[in-house]
Amino acid sequence: MSGANGPDGPPPVTYTSVRELRGPLAVVTGVQGVGWDEFATLTLASGERRYGVVLEVRDDIAVVEVLEGTGGMDPARLRVAFAGSPLTVPVGEGWLGRTCDGRGAPRDGGPPVFGRESAPVEGAAINPVRRRPPGEPVLTGIAAVDALTTLVRGQKLPVFSAAGLPHLELAVQIAAQATTAGERFSVVFAGMGLTHADAFAVRDALEERAAAGELCLLLNTADDPVIERLLTPRLALTVAEHLAFDGGRHVLVVMTDMTSYAEALREVSAARGEVPARRAYPGYLYSDLASLYERCGRIAGRPGSVTVVPVLTMPAGDLTHPVPDLTGYITEGQIVLSPEIHAAGVYPPVDALSSLSRLMRRGAGPGRTRPDHLDVAAQLTAALARARQAAELAALAGETALSPADRSYLALYPVYLRDFLDQGRDRTLTLDESLERAWRVLLTLPPGELGMLPAAVVRARTTGAAP
Amino acid sequence: MAELTAAGPGARRPAASRILRVAGPLVEVANTGRIAMNDLLLLGPAQVPAEVVALTTSRVTAQAYEYTGGLAPGQPCRPLGHPVTARLSPALLGGVYDGLLRPLATAGDRLAPGTATGPAPGPRWRFTPAVATGAQAGEGTAIGEVCTEGGQRTRVLVPPGRGGEVGHVADPGDQAEDAVLAVVGGTEIRAVTDWPVRRPRPVRERVPARHPLTTGQRVIDLLFPVARGSTVAVPGGFGTGKTVLLQQIAKWCDADVIVYVGCGERGNEMAEVIADFAELPDPRTGGRLADRTVIIANTSNMPMMAREASIHTGATVAEYFRDTGRDVVVIADSTSRWAEALREFASRTGELPAEEGYPAGLASALAAFYERAGAVRTLGAGPGSVTVLGAVSPPGGDLAEPVTAHTERCVRGRWALDRDLAYARHYPALSWSQSFSRDADVLTADPAGRDTTGRRAAVAGLLAEADRLADLVDLVGAGALPPPERVSVLAGRLVREGLLQQSALSANDAHCTPAKTAALADAVLAVVARCRSLVASGTPPEDVERADFTPLLRAREDAGPDDTAPVHAARDTVLTALGGPR
Repeated sequence: MSGANGPDGPPPVTYTSVRELRGPLAVVTGVQGVGWDEFATLTLASGERRYGVVLEVRDDIAVVEVLEGTGGMDPARLRVAFAGSPLTVPVGEGWLGRTCDGRGAPRDGGPPVFGRESAPVEGAAINPVRRRPPGEPVLTGIAAVDALTTLVRGQKLPVFSAAGLPHLELAVQIAAQATTAGERFSVVFAGMGLTHADAFAVRDALEERAAAGELCLLLNTADDPVIERLLTPRLALTVAEHLAFDGGRHVLVVMTDMTSYAEALREVSAARGEVPARRAYPGYLYSDLASLYERCGRIAGRPGSVTVVPVLTMPAGDLTHPVPDLTGYITEGQIVLSPEIHAAGVYPPVDALSSLSRLMRRGAGPGRTRPDHLDVAAQLTAALARARQAAELAALAGETALSPADRSYLALYPVYLRDFLDQGRDRTLTLDESLERAWRVLLTLPPGELGMLPAAVVRARTTGAAP
Repeated sequence: MAELTAAGPGARRPAASRILRVAGPLVEVANTGRIAMNDLLLLGPAQVPAEVVALTTSRVTAQAYEYTGGLAPGQPCRPLGHPVTARLSPALLGGVYDGLLRPLATAGDRLAPGTATGPAPGPRWRFTPAVATGAQAGEGTAIGEVCTEGGQRTRVLVPPGRGGEVGHVADPGDQAEDAVLAVVGGTEIRAVTDWPVRRPRPVRERVPARHPLTTGQRVIDLLFPVARGSTVAVPGGFGTGKTVLLQQIAKWCDADVIVYVGCGERGNEMAEVIADFAELPDPRTGGRLADRTVIIANTSNMPMMAREASIHTGATVAEYFRDTGRDVVVIADSTSRWAEALREFASRTGELPAEEGYPAGLASALAAFYERAGAVRTLGAGPGSVTVLGAVSPPGGDLAEPVTAHTERCVRGRWALDRDLAYARHYPALSWSQSFSRDADVLTADPAGRDTTGRRAAVAGLLAEADRLADLVDLVGAGALPPPERVSVLAGRLVREGLLQQSALSANDAHCTPAKTAALADAVLAVVARCRSLVASGTPPEDVERADFTPLLRAREDAGPDDTAPVHAARDTVLTALGGPR
């Protein structure tokens, strides 16, 4: 593995005493001084190298989990060397502009990534006392996100989607467009369990950002070893943390698809023979997901930030499935994609009523984005809720039964889809443009309905004067 | 086996041992003798703390409280010969600690393994003695009190099991943290004392919980009150506002000390709690809210086993302040994450799983925690109480899952948070149909002595009636109902919007005194009564519905937390607008 390796040190002892191979596990006997969670290199008879981590040490026995699986291994001709420390990766700006596989080995034909420093992939928890509460926005150039569910620096905001919806396109678009108003910004994109076609599309769409040296792309494809998938997000976050907290950048980490990740975790857990919990996922799924998502944040006295956007597909659209459910318990809001809006041919099909950014108040509004931002967002959300009620009533009792106000809400919804939400896959909207689109939708309502907005501003808008 | 139990606490000096096996937080070491259950061990060169959870004559099984990466068989292990203890001190107030009560303020930006620090440099405080040399002082007697920098006065007590003649008392004035403040019956007494976290601190007796804890949240204080010394579970799916509700209670309830245990929750949320509490003034003392608060922060990415300990640590800190004569509230957010830590470790030890992989001992572990709550007479014979509020995060919002189900059997109240209410932006999203309070029967009056039972029954009745009609309204529309039922639907709306809703972001209404709660409830009830009598005397229900109720609905926002006059005015405005029966 060129990306991930152990620190320099005395040449490690090589063991040839592999007693057992079972699933992804190799049992090595006669070891001395091998610690738990240590990184191991396994060399096959053919000279092929594979990598693993120590899952358990007991007396002189070490159980090693092999990242690439044990297929084709002959215990009699296998050599195992232990690194003397947990898995570390080189960190630094060398990752920017590179495309690598899920373990950090180059996929772009370039040399292995080196860095002057290295860091353990597990990371270390940020001291809660030293955390700086998130603030200031990350602008994604997508109206539905920027205007209604603003992403805030240091936040973790997932995209909940279902099979067949364009979540990958949205993730890529966010990764390609996001900025932090002139401050140094980078994106780390971790793809897990992508098909080759998707991986190719991601690479293609993010080419410009990669060329600008603002992107680190880690792609684990669906046919790559399952255990490697567990490493990919950790690698991405380790790289991001260094760029942010030591390099002073604002870093956006996009991780897709977390459901593939959780399935990999389940598969590995079953191979380890662990007691399964809900839907056969391991009992530690919450803590494991938290160990990834919680690596976002800001640290007092340091300039950068790590913002995390995990993308996950809800199997059969089920919000109570363990992966979206536990993710929702950890993250600070969610962006939900809707099959109905997608079916209407609108992109991105964000369901604004189910979506929420819990930290929006900290990242938007006076002094952060635009003074009218929070009011416009609140008014538009309220109008959409009212529009939905009106639509339900109209379906039940007929449009004629609606009051004039309800009818104006009913008419607002198609305008909202067309003039606000539908922006296309290649279009970046500035925050001003997004908010102006929101205004255009709101101004289709009678001025009396805009009670959440300052009356003077509404009057200026309706009479055509500038705000 | 005799040797295992022969030595008493403190007298044991177990010999150094070595590590035999490491599998994540599960570590086995050789039993070199004199190691007892729950003893603390320091593992490897990094001195990772671990607690003994099982032993045989040859091997000791321990759960490590920090990351065990790099620990290897053969490395040394130092048994300390005493259980996991918390260092209890008046200076805990205003601080932020990890699950083992180690201060986080002096730790670095990142909590890398082995970087945990010892206790911070000790504070100095002003000592005022309360006993004289030669007097008799039994266990729990206050020998004096110390006043910390935050202005909090805390009694210094003769420890449990000690007592006798006072041999020496320190002079009043500034004293160092570990100064001997008195000698009683040969025991040196300091303001700082150690206590094993898993052993409840003794009391003289438990007394019935009869006094209300005012939480400042109307829906709770009015409908589902909690007594000082009681226990409440707060189940709610994600996004239902569980953490916000508990934070509001932590800020505004009328307890003396709050122990806030952030157990496996979000780091950014903890950062916000810490920042908020440091800024907000305490409405009762004028000091900072932080000065009455102890925060135990174990975020979801901090070591899982320390999360298991953090709940017990929090309870021990609460009991310590209770023993000094205070009413303490422990807020544990979330007990589900704590139960997950139990499950995780049980699966590592190969324990037979019960429901959903949780160990069979889950119910008794939960009961043991909640039973540390109670209203008591302390060893010093004064009153004190520990109230426990435990958040529960049911997976998929399923209230039948094991943690929720077991918790409900050992608590006296349930404040269930409802996703539909949260979705409709009705906050606090506390479901009146799924919540209960077994304290409601004894809490018949609020702290000012006003009777609460009648008001509670009337409001609950209106809500139940409106709920019953809601399904019907969805089907046939409100217009098809008979006039009295239409008033009931209207009454449900007035109760929900004018009384129960309360915004955590509001300057006036983030918390509410019993006086304002009573005034709002009475105002809504008076308006509803007028509507009923109007309709009964023949006024068309449309006319009643069309009346302007805005003043009543805005009254909660317009009136300050302790303000009743604007509420009365709003009531009168609406009553006037409605007019009298024809």
